[in-house]
Amino acid sequence: MLSRWGLRGAVLVYLGALLLVPTGLVFYRTFEHGLGAFWDSVTTPAAQHAFQLTLELAAIAVPLNTIFGIAMALALVRGRWRGKALVEAIIDLPFAVSPVIIGLSLLLVFGREGWIHLPFQVMFALPGMALATIFVSLPFVVREVVPVLREVGDEQEQAAATLGATGWQTFRRITLPSLRWGVAYGVVLSVARAIGEFGAVSVVSGHIAGKTDTLTLLVQERFENFDVRGAYAASALLAAIALATLFTMTLTRRRTA
Amino acid sequence: MNRRILLLLPLAAAAVIAAGCGGASDASTGDGGASNGSTKLSLVAYSTPQVVYDDAIPAFQKTAAGKDIGFDQSYGASGDQSRAVAGGLGADVVEFSLEPDMKRLVDAGLVAPSWNQNAHKGFVSDSVIALVVRKGNPKGIHDWNDLLKPGIEVITPNPFTSGSAKWNLLGAFVHGGLPFVKALLTQHVKVQPKSGREATQAFISGQGDVLISYENEAITAQQKGEKVDYVIPPDNILIQNPIAVTKDSKHPQQAQAFVNYLWSAAGQKLFGKHGYRPVDPAVAKQFHFPTPSNLKTIDDLGGWDKIDTQFFDPDKGSIAQIEKDAGVSTAK
Amino acid sequence: MLASRPLSRRAAGNGAGLGLGLGTLWLSLIVLLPLAAVVAKSTDGGWSAFWHAVSSRQAVDALELTLGASLLVAAISAVMGTATAWVLVRDEGIPGPVRSVFNAVIDLPFALPTIVAGITLLALYKDVAFTRTAIVLALLFVTLPFVVRAVQPVLLELDREMEEAAASLGASALTTFRRIILPNLLPAIVSGAALAFARAVGEFGSVVLFSGNIPFKSQVASVFIFSQVESDNTAGAASVSVVLLAISVVVLLGIRRVGRSHA
Repeated sequence: MLSRWGLRGAVLVYLGALLLVPTGLVFYRTFEHGLGAFWDSVTTPAAQHAFQLTLELAAIAVPLNTIFGIAMALALVRGRWRGKALVEAIIDLPFAVSPVIIGLSLLLVFGREGWIHLPFQVMFALPGMALATIFVSLPFVVREVVPVLREVGDEQEQAAATLGATGWQTFRRITLPSLRWGVAYGVVLSVARAIGEFGAVSVVSGHIAGKTDTLTLLVQERFENFDVRGAYAASALLAAIALATLFTMTLTRRRTA
Repeated sequence: MNRRILLLLPLAAAAVIAAGCGGASDASTGDGGASNGSTKLSLVAYSTPQVVYDDAIPAFQKTAAGKDIGFDQSYGASGDQSRAVAGGLGADVVEFSLEPDMKRLVDAGLVAPSWNQNAHKGFVSDSVIALVVRKGNPKGIHDWNDLLKPGIEVITPNPFTSGSAKWNLLGAFVHGGLPFVKALLTQHVKVQPKSGREATQAFISGQGDVLISYENEAITAQQKGEKVDYVIPPDNILIQNPIAVTKDSKHPQQAQAFVNYLWSAAGQKLFGKHGYRPVDPAVAKQFHFPTPSNLKTIDDLGGWDKIDTQFFDPDKGSIAQIEKDAGVSTAK
Repeated sequence: MLASRPLSRRAAGNGAGLGLGLGTLWLSLIVLLPLAAVVAKSTDGGWSAFWHAVSSRQAVDALELTLGASLLVAAISAVMGTATAWVLVRDEGIPGPVRSVFNAVIDLPFALPTIVAGITLLALYKDVAFTRTAIVLALLFVTLPFVVRAVQPVLLELDREMEEAAASLGASALTTFRRIILPNLLPAIVSGAALAFARAVGEFGSVVLFSGNIPFKSQVASVFIFSQVESDNTAGAASVSVVLLAISVVVLLGIRRVGRSHA
């Protein structure tokens, strides 16, 4: 009994000090001057554009990484080949790469003196920012789908094959639906990560006001221009988007369990 | 399958809402530059003069030379911006916090070597080091030596992650040479933030007793309502901010017209209004900036090349060595 | 039965084959290509320049600090994350709505921009600021979700029969946990801890403001790398990054092997 309260207490203190108090402070600072001030802060043209751009980048990165995630999960769980551990480590790498390096690497590949020259602007424009966002949100769908795929097994697919279904039919009607909660959870996590990314996108964005500012970049800009209230307002907006995705996540995860 | 669509719907809805939402107040950053006009100029500058350009660009657009010219503006840390332009960020006009950031572009072939062959030697504004303190100056800071009083905590950005931070230590050097810099760094500096603005933010959020910064930064902070005071120490260094038109600008004449406007009396007045010292002496006189009694320039100290090699070389520079000692003496 | 096996293997094999093809193509384009550029840059000055950049006292200190702090954070996260998952899943005493709220906020560190985290932590925990503890705290914040989210689904799936059997045989709660539950959780804990480690290694934004950034003392590797870039020593920055990434890959592989051997 005592140990249960001890454990509970330890966890609550941990979560409280590390998570609830800081984020509570953010919301408090945002709204302490009233809802009107908050609304003004988040509806300026710059904020609106940042909001749109943030969602745009997520809308590009997440579906692509989802397709990759499912494909890679299939390969890792169902395939027979060597080097799986190494590939899994490489998939985890995007977390370990500091944003400075992500920016540097994209600059080295697509910059003015880079390896690849495309007819359209990559760096300091949407494509570069999309690449950076894809990079940082890459691992999530894979990591969520792999355990689900392992659990689900392939008996149903085998049955479908004996009944004459093609590979694609089997995939679409049996495999995919069985994965949907793992995929959904991975998608929602990827969205949260994509909208919250700062460092890598900062380096490749070029900070062109009203054109390449995402919400996270706007937060920093406002901090730097002594508009602390505005910075917190934009952060609260980000947190709100995150909470909306979190809420969806809680729904989906209850289904996975 | 339909769950995923359900997930995307709120996002799509939000995007539509965002697109359709009526605009509110325009006070926020970066909204100043009107985008009407047949010519678009790209301004890439370091972060602090944004307040100046928020006024200067509309003012320029009201002149005959500036009619029908639209602006794209980009602001960030001086080094970051310089590297971005070197890496392909399009720019017509560039302004940085210190000369080496301009030199990087000259070396990359993006700015003509003759950029500083003009009446103002390529500089558009000046400033000096300011010691920023809490309102009312509770710790009684009046000069560099007061920074070494026991218990005084100093904030200054790391000169190796922020080129602009070099000015701060050079100012300290002008006062008391390397021994003073060493005493300062090893005993009184507990945090060296990544950039100047981060240092200001750290100071404003309650860290430290003194922030080594620039006069224009302190003035801007005050103008934005922050409760700070500042002291201009007599031993000081002249901070000079370079500006140039890029070589591959598609609108060189209009870009030069803008730079000329910034050099004109009207433009220089706008710099002065926001706490920068105009390079035009006649305009500077109107603003009564205090003159430090021992004001040195970079040239007095030997020029940037010499300083960068002697002090700031990451391996052999003397300040790098001091940083090393600071770390070693308090590490572990 | 025999007749069906070739068909089924083909179906599964096709899926896996196509998956592998698509997957590796994407992985190469998005991850390997940029990183290859970094590796190439690091060799700009030859082996001696590479070695020089990597073995400087400041680089070594930054690497040590980063790797040490990240391992510590991974360990703490493993313990506290498991405890958190346990409380969230098994603790009947916490009312449902409270549990839902706690459950939902766990993922916030993903979405909050790191600079906000840094500023907030700085405002809240002033006394700890600019010490090594500060670095660990900031990193614990950004890695909070990993172990929790890895362990939760496994805990939810866990078959209670063995625990009940052990209890009926007289085993204490601790023994049951140690011998029956923990082995089943270990792969998930380890997997989450690996991710936490990786994330801690790469963290940049939240740490800097809070950590003090004094070279040799409180400067993490990612900021040191940035200082090299600022000094126009791109090759040096690339070299240190390559070393950091290589060590990360080794640690990640090692952590996975540990998890696999206990599965």
